[in-house]
Amino acid sequence: MSTSARYWREIPQRYRLEAAKCTSCGKQFFPPRLVCNGCGGREFEATKLSDKGKLATYTVIRIAPSDLTQQAPYAIGIAEFDGGLRVTAQVADVDFDELKVGMPVRIEFRRIREEGEAGILCYGYKFVPVR
Amino acid sequence: MRDVAVIGVGMQKWGELWEKSLRDIFTESALLAIDDAGVDHIESMYVGCMTSGLFAGQEHLGSLLADYLGVAPIPSLRVETACASGGAAFRQAFFDVACGEHDIVLAGGVEKMTDVDGGGATYALSTAADAEYEVYHGVTFPGLYAMMAVAHMHKYGTTRDQLAHVSVKNHHNGSKNPLAQYPFEVSLDQVKNSVAVADPLNILDCSPITDGAAAAILCPLEMAGKLSDKPPIKILSSAHATDSIALDSREDIAWLSAVEKAGEIAYTGAGLTPSDIDFVEVHDCFTIAEICVIEALGFFDRGKGGTGAESGETAMGGRIPVNPSGGLKSKGHPVGATGLAQIAEVTKQLRGGFGERQVEGATIGMAQNMGGTGGSCVVHILGSV
Ligand SMILES: [Zn+2]
Repeated sequence: MSTSARYWREIPQRYRLEAAKCTSCGKQFFPPRLVCNGCGGREFEATKLSDKGKLATYTVIRIAPSDLTQQAPYAIGIAEFDGGLRVTAQVADVDFDELKVGMPVRIEFRRIREEGEAGILCYGYKFVPVR
Repeated sequence: MRDVAVIGVGMQKWGELWEKSLRDIFTESALLAIDDAGVDHIESMYVGCMTSGLFAGQEHLGSLLADYLGVAPIPSLRVETACASGGAAFRQAFFDVACGEHDIVLAGGVEKMTDVDGGGATYALSTAADAEYEVYHGVTFPGLYAMMAVAHMHKYGTTRDQLAHVSVKNHHNGSKNPLAQYPFEVSLDQVKNSVAVADPLNILDCSPITDGAAAAILCPLEMAGKLSDKPPIKILSSAHATDSIALDSREDIAWLSAVEKAGEIAYTGAGLTPSDIDFVEVHDCFTIAEICVIEALGFFDRGKGGTGAESGETAMGGRIPVNPSGGLKSKGHPVGATGLAQIAEVTKQLRGGFGERQVEGATIGMAQNMGGTGGSCVVHILGSV
């Protein structure tokens, strides 16, 4: 089983949605990186993922990984945020029939899963439809 | 760099090989390739395998499999780039011969996937995606390809039926392949009504869980006639490209840029264009994958890949036959072995006299092997001489 370091290391992104913007070319990254793949720049300013996005694509997972079987079926998608950043997450509180490309979503902090047999709760972001 | 030829290929019947271990499956196919070439020794070997650690609790495959093949102490190296590991192993063997280090080199691929249960297999395969930013959120491999499909359908009007036609065509081809895991036909309705996995993909849109291996023997083209009775098949070009493994980081979710790039390098290296290719084995891990790949390789315009199987253009006898072997869908997909099985099919087709599955008059064939959702791609063009 993984140590907890693997979990808490990602907390700035998963809890606070910390992103990064290359100071030379302006390209944005979520999660932050050490090198910009657009221009090779190594300096970034800290930004935050905007909470307004639109679904770029989606699916409904019918056959889930073993640790999420009890949640299945569930919706998951890639949403595009202001500035062109794209992020993958579950779409919560949605009727599957409502799902469509371009659907407005916002990000909310939710429980994602229970890690392993010890049942540690893992949190993070999910998309929620803006109605 | 020396010209390099394939002089031997081998593959056993694929499926759920409960009675066989990883090492035996690999050794069987390696011996088939060695016997096919008719060589009495090999000097170096490469093993493509995605994740024997997770599937079988076994790493250090290079040495293990050289020992069991009875060829230690020759150099033997395991190569990994997810589901493209087999193609990458073949590419390393190509370089080994081309640069003059060794004359007779074996490239093999293997995956033993049924020693873990369904959940274990799903987990092992998911490690080819971004663990922290895709898998953490509960996405599966079918789920990632399903999102490519939804994006493709939205952008280009690709239909559910067009996806299903890919499966129907590949199962039709595979029904003539005695080594295939599922050598039978499926109907359009069967595909569309099969169990839903990740909308819009059903179980008959997905390649199966498979145990299997495949191998090839390479040597300098100028030595091929002396080493083997088999007609040498020349490697015209070898290409490899990468992309982000996270689907969300791509500029276009419905486009495989690593496939496009590897294709361009392969065409340039061989001095050919898509219209020169007589047939192609592509990485149809999901029906949508074949549609995106035949666009990225330039056989169809961007957005038009959905018409390939539906119109019959990618069928045997069509403009560009795609997956005469039955593809991953019908033949099976023991991930690390798939790239070598493609090479085996292309080689046998180019030798000619391949029976019912023969692409008539084929002299140039292509193999496209892909890792993850297209984060890596290996392309080879082979030709008869
Ligand atoms: Zn930059």
